[in-house]
Formats: sequence, structure tokens, C-alpha cells
Amino acid sequence: MTPIARKSTLSRVIKLDINGKVREVDATAEMPLLWVLRDVVGLVGTKFGCGMAQCGACTVHVDGKPIRACVTTAGSVVTKKITTIEGLSADGSHPVQRAWAEADVVQCGYCQSGQIMTAVALLDHNPEPTDDDIDAAMSGNICRCGTYVRVREAIHLASKLKRGAR
Amino acid sequence: MTYSRRRFIKVSAGAAAGLAISFYVPNVARAVPAQAKPLPQPNAFLRIGKDDSVTVVLAHSEMGQGIWTGLAMLIAEELDCDWSKVKCEHAPAAPVYGHPTSGMQMTGGSSTTRGEFERYRTVGAMAKDLLVRAAAAKWKVAPATIKVEAGVMTSGTNKATFGQLAEAAMLLPPPSAVKLKDAKDWKLIGKPTRRLDTPEKITGKAMFGMDVQFPGLHTAVVARPPAFGGKLKTFDATAALRVPGVVKVVPTATGVAVVAKHFWAAKLGRDKLVIDWAPPDGGGVDSTKLIAEFRALAKSPGALAKKAGNVETALTSAKHHLEAYYEFPYLAHAPMEPLNATVKIDGDKCEIWTGTQFQTMDQMVASKILGTTPDKVTIHTMFLGGGFGRRATPTSDFVAEAVIVAKAAGLPVKTVWTREDDIRGGYYRPAYVHRVQVGTDDKGMPTAWDHTVVGQSIATGTPLEMFMVKDGIDGTSVEGLPDSPYLEKAPAHRVTLHSPRTAIPVLWWRSVGATHVAFALECMVDELAHAAGKDPLAYRVALLDGKPRHVAALKLAAEQAGWRTPPAAGRARGLAIHESFGSIVAECVEVSVDHKQIRVHSVTAAVDCGQAVNPLGIEAQVQSSIAFGLSAALHGKLTLTGGAVNESNFHDYPVVRMSEMPKVAVHIIPSKARMGGIGEPATAPIAPAVANAVFALTRQRLRALPLRLA
Repeated sequence: MTPIARKSTLSRVIKLDINGKVREVDATAEMPLLWVLRDVVGLVGTKFGCGMAQCGACTVHVDGKPIRACVTTAGSVVTKKITTIEGLSADGSHPVQRAWAEADVVQCGYCQSGQIMTAVALLDHNPEPTDDDIDAAMSGNICRCGTYVRVREAIHLASKLKRGAR
Repeated sequence: MTYSRRRFIKVSAGAAAGLAISFYVPNVARAVPAQAKPLPQPNAFLRIGKDDSVTVVLAHSEMGQGIWTGLAMLIAEELDCDWSKVKCEHAPAAPVYGHPTSGMQMTGGSSTTRGEFERYRTVGAMAKDLLVRAAAAKWKVAPATIKVEAGVMTSGTNKATFGQLAEAAMLLPPPSAVKLKDAKDWKLIGKPTRRLDTPEKITGKAMFGMDVQFPGLHTAVVARPPAFGGKLKTFDATAALRVPGVVKVVPTATGVAVVAKHFWAAKLGRDKLVIDWAPPDGGGVDSTKLIAEFRALAKSPGALAKKAGNVETALTSAKHHLEAYYEFPYLAHAPMEPLNATVKIDGDKCEIWTGTQFQTMDQMVASKILGTTPDKVTIHTMFLGGGFGRRATPTSDFVAEAVIVAKAAGLPVKTVWTREDDIRGGYYRPAYVHRVQVGTDDKGMPTAWDHTVVGQSIATGTPLEMFMVKDGIDGTSVEGLPDSPYLEKAPAHRVTLHSPRTAIPVLWWRSVGATHVAFALECMVDELAHAAGKDPLAYRVALLDGKPRHVAALKLAAEQAGWRTPPAAGRARGLAIHESFGSIVAECVEVSVDHKQIRVHSVTAAVDCGQAVNPLGIEAQVQSSIAFGLSAALHGKLTLTGGAVNESNFHDYPVVRMSEMPKVAVHIIPSKARMGGIGEPATAPIAPAVANAVFALTRQRLRALPLRLA
């Protein structure tokens, strides 16, 4: 079985502001941001889980709002500020990350970048979320390990940390 | 010892950390002469660096269950090192890392912590013995005068850290025997301990198989037959090859692979393939018809798995008679990280990067495909983005396919599955039908229990068949039935099994046989309690007479859930208990129903898993198992038409989300019993507990999963 080969012709270059750094990226405007981040830029902290905005593993911030990078084209975010888990803090010191560590949230860890990015956005616009607020904000993020109980605990804890209560 | 340890020592220059002694040699294990019970090779499992770092090498895979912390605790307990200096890494694939029970390098069966409890503690104790003797030799003092605490050794005015004497210690002959600490002296074991893999998992730095990248690496997605049993006839790759970034299109044993510069191009290329698939012989499986066939089969007894007394006579002469059928659909594991494997072939050597639960099989299968020997296949175990059994296939399906793709493409390739590939790609928890007939006496206690299971064997047709199928019985199909305390209470009982074959690949799915057996048992017992006019807790306690651990767990879960006080209006409670993987878990749930939707508000779990190593990890695994089991109880169902799965992604194969997650209270029972597992046992009781609570609330007996109210 001889492979059928053909020369690749990836062409366009677009500019993206990722984690405060403007980069020229070899990608088409139609390519989902998720795959630009992972396979072109090499930022693999943002995860692929479903490819259709069902699981939230690919959540990043665009101008501070959580979006699903798997269904967001690179072309639609060229003039915007993109923040990934790698841009949240250099050392895991963001209050949400500290709360995650204290509550011992992670298990397999694969969905946690997305969980954290969604939680950060929730707390940015709602500093003291109720359990119902957490349900509403976090239900787009699936965790098959079922870390939900501790995610909820960590969000309440992060809320306190952010407000300097602890 | 007949070999020179020195020979195997490799000193490598580190950066600021100084010299790190690395002396792992897998072949050492084979060089050891046969002994009754040889001590482990500490150098394969532990490295102590000059910078005092303690690196624990894990013979098992971290897939969320927390062994990255638990196994390290075992070594650290005996080593008396500084816990803040402990790091972990996955072992390479090598015979020395074989499971203490099976000899194969694998992770599953909730067996890691209990299976490694002796070996990892022994490694820690051996290393400490070497370090102490090195210090004694240097200071010219008796080893007994040396105190060790948090990685620092002292004797009189002498003082040294582990790192300072690691090199000298490794030149000494290992001890022929070591004494492990008494439980009363444990400082780590039994203490809630936070995970060691948190820093990389909250910063996006943890490397999963999906994240492997290196120059020249390509990505492939594979078009596989839409129906199980279907085959590739012809394909046209013209349009696919026009997609920018697509490099090659190669036929494989499983379908057609599109190889591209990155995932997106590969996926677009696959969308453009024109493929003519031959449909499966006989039209393929239809799941509705299949369940009907299973129900028909269940009417007659199958292969005998267990028999006591004459169940047929006992059923006929029983005062009362109850019969029920329980139905279970095919289920996908749907780990968050879709399957993937990266393969780089270089002559007769091959490197594989993947999240796997079954290194030994992967190595064997890959070497067979490449016509080489297993030792030529290097496996880099990455973090697993969930396993749940899917990453331990007896055929190494996703690794084998990736090797075939890389070989055919002649390039280093990462083969990536989409979510649709995962949901539709097989290796499911098999569908089952149980038929249960119980005869009772005038007090409503069982006198006859006849239990027939129908469902595909997981092991049949795989290399594991010879170990797992005995006298026509795949033990996983009836797991927990022959030794059920309920059946044993009935003087006459029988367990039989039909194992029909289909073209659908099936596999173990978190808690395996317990996923269906516990539901049939605990729902039937609830029906019996109701028929006898007895409280479900009191009835179970009576049946479990002589099983004090079961009774204690059941009572604790019920009491903590407030069983004696009525629930709030519109709510009801349900109970279930099951023993699996050596652990007993009882769960009491509280539910309500709104517009036919079942809402689980709280779960109170009581766990007897023997000695608890990390209570914080146990709590996490119980929460996790409950979420996993609840997804199956409320949602999980794959249907097939013409051999093809109709569901495809999380919109039509839903799983529990934050809004559906109940409050979970976990009570760990202090126990001196033999250690059990904890990754799986809390999965099984949740579905029957919910079904029993729904009955208490609505008087509807739901006997099929997922639970659907009429």
C-alpha cells in the first residue's frame, strides 16, 4: 500500500495577541483558535475535548470573557486580547489557582484549564457567587472525574481569597 | 547478589541542582537469581538527587486516581525524607515494573495502592537502610546511633542530608531484609495529603499524550467504518489531499488515515475523503433488537457460575415469588482526553508517547506490528486525561492503530481521535440483561434465588481469555454475584451466564461487573423488602447478618443521611450497598422528581476499604465514582442501528455536569480489614440507590438504565 503524497501549501499569516504578546501565526482565518493555540503556537494547556462547545475544556478568555476556542475562528479574534491558562499566572499564584490547590481539586487534570478559566471569568464579574451562580456559570465545563464538589468549594474559597478575607 | 550494582550506576551532571544519581536499569530484574520472594530493586523505583530531591518512579499510570501522591507516600513513609522534596515520574515500560499480582505493567482493577503497599514501602525502607549505612561508614559510628528525620541524618555532632550521602549509599550492597514500620509509627500513611501533581495541573503544564509535540511530528485522524463489522472497500483521497496542510493519506487496518501538519488540517482532510464502506454481514447490530434477544435468552439458564441446593424446586415450593428483568445499555467511557498516541519509528526501534493503562500489552502489540522485540519499543507514559478502563485494551487498539499509521506514513505521527470517534469507536461497557427470580418464606426472606445474566464477554477473543474465562464463565460478567451475601442467604441459589457474541468491541468500564450486578442485586433486595412490608434498611441488615462490615457501612450511611427522620416534602431516600475490589461502599441518596426529571440532592457514602492511605484521595475517588455512576444512572445510553452507534458527542451522550452534581458526604470507616481498592467501588451503588429512592417517591420501579420515569 503506497501512500499517496502531496506537498503542503499552508499560506496565510495572521496576527494574534496571546497572553499580552502579539504573534504572527501561520494559520487561516477559518482555523479554530484552539488548534492555532495548540498546534501552531504550541500552547497546549488549552485542551481539546469535544470540538463543538459542549465540554468547555478549551475555554480561554477573549477580552476577558470566557469563550470556547474549539468553535471560535482565529479570524474572529485578530484584534482582541486572548488569555490562556498559561497567561493566567506564571507560577500558579492567581487566587483561583491557589484555591484549586488548597481544595485539592484536580484528578486527571485534563479539564482543569477550562474549569479554572471559566471560574476566573465568573469571579471577575461576580465576586461572591452563590451555588446557583456557580451552577449556571460552570455547567458548560464537563469533568469526567467528577471534581465538581471540590470545584464548587474552590470557587467559594477563591472568592474569599480575592476579597482578601483570608 | 550476583551482579555488581556499580556497573549500573550512571552519574549525570545536573544544572544548579548538582549531580543527580540515576541508576535505573530495567534489565537488572532479569539478572536477579530466582529467590523465594526477592526484594524489589530500589534503584528502579527511587532516585535521590544530590539536591536532596526524592524522585519516585511509578510502575502505574496516573489517570486522576491519585497514585502520583499515594505511591510516593508509601516510599516516603519508610524513607523518612522531606515530603516537600518528593517528585514523581512514570516508569518506562519494562519487566521490573510488572504488577506484583499479574506481572504485567498495567493500571486497573483498583489495585495499585493495595498491590504496591508492600513493594513501595520496602523500597523506601531499603533506601533508608543504605543511606544510614553510608552515614555510619563515613562517621565511623554504629548505624543504630543514627537518627533520620525529614531527609536529615544525625549522630552526635554529625549531620548530613540524604543528597549528601546518596552517591555513597548507592555503592553499598542492598540489604537482604528490611523491617517495615509498625502502623502506630506512621507519619504519612493515613493522613490527608494533598496531591503532588496539582502545580502542573492548575497551570496547564501537565503533559498529556495529546500535548506531545516535537519537530517533524505530524497529526493523523482516521476514518473508521461507521458500522461495527463494516470494512473498507475503496476510497478516493483527491479532495482530501487538496486541503492545505494535508501531507499524506494512507489506508490502515482500521480504515483510512489522513496525515497532516496539524490536527485541523487532518480533520478537514478526513471530511473530504470519499469512502465506500462494505456494510457488516447480516446488516449489523440493532440495539433494540439485541436487548429483546438478550431478554429471550435470559428465559433459560446459561452456563453455570454458581449453584447451591436445587433452585428450581425451592422456587416452586416458596411461599412468595418475585421475578424481574434488569436492562443495561452499552456505555462509552468518554474520558475528557480523547484517545491518542504518538509514534516515532527509527529502524527496528520505536518510541511511543501515550496515556495508557497497559504498557506491557502496548509494547507487545507494537513490537509485533513492527516485526521487532518488545524491548525495542520505548513507551513514554504521559498523564492520562481519564482512563476508566478505556486506556487498557487487551488489543491495545488505539496504540496499535497509531503504530500502523506511523509505519504506513513513514513519518512520526500523533494519531488523534475526535470525540465522535471516541463515542462511536467501540470498546464499550457491554449491554446486559439480568433475569432474577426469588422465592421467599412467610417472613419475606429469600429461600431461592435464581439469577441469569446475558451479555458479551469482555475477555473472550482477546489474549486475556485464557486467564479470565473458566468453564465458559468470564468472571467479569458475573462479578459480585456468586459470592453475594444476599444469594448466600438463600439456601438454594444459582447463577448462570449467557455470553452471546456480537461485532461490538467491549471492555471494562469503571467498576466493571459491579456496574450491572450491583443494580440488579440492590434493586431486587429493595423489591423484596417492599414485598415483605419491611424497612429497606432493616431488611438489608437482616439479610446481611454475619457480615459486620457490610452492616456497619450500611447503618453509618443511613444514619448520617438521617434515615430515621423523614425527608423534606417531595423528597425520598434510597439505599444501596456493594462490595467490589475488596472494599465495601454503602450509599444513601435523597432525590426529588420534577417534570419526570430525577434530581439527586445528596449522597451520603460510607466506605470500608481497609487501611486508608490517603483519606483526602479516598474522598476524591468516592466523589468521582459517584459522578461517574450517576452519569450512567441518569443519562448513559448508546444505541445502534445497522451496526452503527447513533450518539456522537456530549450533546446526545450526556454526562453529569455541575448543575446535576449532588452534595456528597464521605465517611471512611476506620478498618483493620485487608486493604481494598478505591478507584472504582463507589461507582456501583449510586444507580440502585437512586432507583430505590425514586421508587420510594413515585412507586415506579425503574428496572432499566438509564432511569426514565413513565
